[in-house]
Amino acid sequence: MEQVAIGLGLILIGVGLGIGLIGKSAMDAIGRQPEASSKIQTAMIIAAALIEGAGLLAIIFAWLGR
Amino acid sequence: MSNKYFKYIIFLLLLFPTTMYGKDHAEEKKENKFDIKGMIMHHISDMHSFPLFSFEKEGKDVHIDLPLPIILISNGQFFFFLSSEFHHGESIVTKGTNSFVLHHEKIYETDINGTLELDEKGHPHNKRPIDLSITRNVFSLWLSAILLLVIFFNVAKKYNNPLKKPSGIQSLLEPIILFVRDDIAIQQIGKHKADKYIPFLLTLFFFIWINNLLGIIPFFPGGSNLTGNISVTFVLAIITFIITNFSGNRSYWRHILAPPGIPVFVYIILVPIEIIGLFTKPFALMVRLFANITAGHIIMLSMASLIFIFSSLAVSLPVSFLLQFIMSILELLVGFLQAFIFTLLSALFIGMAVHEETH
Repeated sequence: MEQVAIGLGLILIGVGLGIGLIGKSAMDAIGRQPEASSKIQTAMIIAAALIEGAGLLAIIFAWLGR
Repeated sequence: MSNKYFKYIIFLLLLFPTTMYGKDHAEEKKENKFDIKGMIMHHISDMHSFPLFSFEKEGKDVHIDLPLPIILISNGQFFFFLSSEFHHGESIVTKGTNSFVLHHEKIYETDINGTLELDEKGHPHNKRPIDLSITRNVFSLWLSAILLLVIFFNVAKKYNNPLKKPSGIQSLLEPIILFVRDDIAIQQIGKHKADKYIPFLLTLFFFIWINNLLGIIPFFPGGSNLTGNISVTFVLAIITFIITNFSGNRSYWRHILAPPGIPVFVYIILVPIEIIGLFTKPFALMVRLFANITAGHIIMLSMASLIFIFSSLAVSLPVSFLLQFIMSILELLVGFLQAFIFTLLSALFIGMAVHEETH
């Protein structure tokens, strides 16, 4: 059980860093070019979804291996 | 600097009494422990009846359920009866020469006394009939389908007279339909080819969204974990997979099977990766929706379980209520976002499959 808890924490750090960086760059980009915000948002959500997919996969494996 | 962190310290200090208070009570009540994990797992999985409410009467738990029909096939024979005949797995249902027992929401065939042959892990290995029952998830699937049909036929009827100003639910849904069409379908697939896929994408979006919203409702018609059921998301992902690959054009398949502009010996590595990539895309779609919605349900149920963990109404009621309220708002966002992401990625995959080469 403890290993799974540590694993979940590590997953959270990784996914949080990844999505946080995407959000940061997207906000920078929107600040620079507000007129392109809808395109940036779509690209941001796609990238975030891909990272989240990897994170969720890790969570599923952690859950299966408990 | 001290000013900046001061409020966080105060906040942490405020948190301490509650957690410690809760812990003491939990230890006191150890012998009368509430099985939180079991309760959560029971509520996020599919069931054979629809629980309405339960209460305690004369020291016994009374559950009021909406019974749902059970349809079984065993040895080429059909069996129909209501789930209330099982009495929450306490009774054996005998139909002719066959007896059935409900054990942890799974139906097993037994002898007339209802004996389950348990293995060392406690799992029964009795024969299982083919279970085609109208379970809770099937019920809410049909409910959402009926709701969608009613809503959208009503909205579609209003466009018979295009000069009339928009009214009612039409005003709510038109911007969302246009959003799916313009910002998802046309943007990802392209103006000339999007028309063919817009009905599918709209259906996908509204089906997932309405089921996410119904899942947030904590009482009767809602509350079932439909989009958090891996079979449902599996079917949705399979539909996307089939549509993507059947509409794939020549350049799509060439990029997978023989990528141009790459030395031939790299094919040994690249082609298997591309072929695996065909399957990981719908797999990720399936797991994403399943995990997000299930996680939401687990969080909501855990917040509700705080009442049993703290075992003090004065502390747990405001804390639990506040956390559930905040999480409900977050779940509203997540419900929309997951429907949007599923539709967006489906459109993206279809767009990749129908994209014409320009170089």
